[in-house]
Amino acid sequence: MTSVAAPRAHKSGAHRSAAQESTARRFGRAVFGRQPIGMIFGAPYLLFIAVLFAYPLGLAVYMSLHRYYFTAPGVNVPRPFVGLSNYEAVFADPAVRQAFLNVLIFLVINVPLTVAVSLLLATALNAAIPFRAFFRTSFLAPYVTASVAMIGVFLFILSPTGILNTVLGPLAPVPSWLVNQNWAMPSIAIYVTWKGLGFYILLYLAALQGVPKELYEAAAMDGASWWHRLRSVTVPGVRQVTTLVTLLAVITGANLFTEPYLLTDGGGPNGKSASPVLQIYQTGIEQNHPDFASALGIILVIGVLLIAGLQQLVQRRRA
Amino acid sequence: MIKADPAQPEVTARSDSVTEAVEPRASRSWWRLIALLFGALVFLFPFYYMIIGSLQKTQNTSLSGVLPNPANITLQNYAEINAAIGIGKAIINSGIFTGGVLLATLVFGILAGYALARLSFRGRGLLFALMLLVLTVPFQLLIIPLYVLIARNYGLANSYLGMIAPFAINSTAVLIFRQYFMQLPEELFDAARIDGASELKVLIHIALPLVRPAVLTAMLLTFIGPWNEFLWPFLITKQQSLQPLAVALANYIDNVAATASNPYGAILAGSCVLAVPAVALIIAFQRYFVSTNIGSGVKG
Repeated sequence: MTSVAAPRAHKSGAHRSAAQESTARRFGRAVFGRQPIGMIFGAPYLLFIAVLFAYPLGLAVYMSLHRYYFTAPGVNVPRPFVGLSNYEAVFADPAVRQAFLNVLIFLVINVPLTVAVSLLLATALNAAIPFRAFFRTSFLAPYVTASVAMIGVFLFILSPTGILNTVLGPLAPVPSWLVNQNWAMPSIAIYVTWKGLGFYILLYLAALQGVPKELYEAAAMDGASWWHRLRSVTVPGVRQVTTLVTLLAVITGANLFTEPYLLTDGGGPNGKSASPVLQIYQTGIEQNHPDFASALGIILVIGVLLIAGLQQLVQRRRA
Repeated sequence: MIKADPAQPEVTARSDSVTEAVEPRASRSWWRLIALLFGALVFLFPFYYMIIGSLQKTQNTSLSGVLPNPANITLQNYAEINAAIGIGKAIINSGIFTGGVLLATLVFGILAGYALARLSFRGRGLLFALMLLVLTVPFQLLIIPLYVLIARNYGLANSYLGMIAPFAINSTAVLIFRQYFMQLPEELFDAARIDGASELKVLIHIALPLVRPAVLTAMLLTFIGPWNEFLWPFLITKQQSLQPLAVALANYIDNVAATASNPYGAILAGSCVLAVPAVALIIAFQRYFVSTNIGSGVKG
């Protein structure tokens, strides 16, 4: 601040007269802000959000409240307002209920596994360890790799005669993992957890580095056990990340598509691994019920926003 | 590169710094290495197995198949997947899709991030709130209206533009740019403005060179989005000659695999090709993958 005092004083004479002569400019400043050029800088992004986010969101609401079909371009068909009947259809659909149940199964497996394993590996990584860069890179590799590519390998590993079943021998489930009603969704959950871990390890690592060393020193001096230090220093220190894991897990679960589409061949067997987005695709695009699919999408958006808002609230109360 | 950069010391370097040296070292560090080595094995084995599987002449799912067997090695699978989906063309399509997104994010994302961080103008709060909303609402939930809009209303199905449009400006990258621009000292900007530099000049000549690591981080993150994306290009490109590699490979997995002589071999060969660019980037630039950025990006 002090460094700019001199040039400012130097120009203050000219500055003052300019300010006096133009109330128009002062008015402009009040309306457009001090640097109105910011509006131009931000305009492309604003336009992008308006056209490719806000408008589709509005369109989704519109479609969900009407009977809507895909037609050939130029063909005008009546699209009557039908109130909330699409939403009723969504809530009444047993396949949708199964999909939400599947998301719940996903969460029950994904959240604890992610928290435990990534916290463990982040703690291990948070020290002077040889080959740190190697470990970091190998943990991140699945996260940055296309799910389609990784699914190729997992189809191979998990196939009925695949290496996992070869290793397990008589312990292998019959029918095999991805075609087994009880194992299809857990398999997807474990795969998705595995793929995302590297990202959470980085998050936990950053949070751990924010925990003051003195706390560990004090705990060590009090003779606190390993478990005790974990519970009273580490876990509270990384709580923010842990809440974030839950939120992101909900978002990921709501969004699953590639995995049930390819790994379990369209959410099979019997819809036991279907996800809401897979159903949006199947009902909306394949079966030409975009109105139903939009209602399902809107419900999911509201659900995600509610959970995100709830989380903000909890976090703020804690802080 | 980081060290030469005075405005960026802590944020980029922090991930590699080591804070904990409290524990009695010798007795404690063995479990770390064991845990990390086990972790690395679990993370890397599928990649290794992908390569091995892609080179097998005949499928070998027994334990001996884990080790390379010179008698059973072939490049035939790569030829097979190439004949089926046209790897070269698919890579070009992925490249155009990804390149378009990178370019738009680089130009418009930096402008928006700079405006959000450094300029006070009417509507800034609104723009920021909208950005947070975009970050919170998952893209996949809007696919139906986007499909109607882009494929039906604008007739952009089977076009690169239709593929790129919904991803054009990566909001996470905008947020990263904003955060890094905010960390620069205000004096820098005051001085330049008093000297009469236009905002565009300030941005290009003063601010941008100081946040170069952030640009790299944001570009890495932006790259893996479209390169790996499946659902949207899958919806929008039904014409095989326009499909990015991820879509072409997924369609192969879904339909064609049954007819190949060694279906998994061909699938795994395609998987290797799809995986290589992202993995190569992470190996080359792993230190730019900084958790603080990614985290703040998704936190919203």
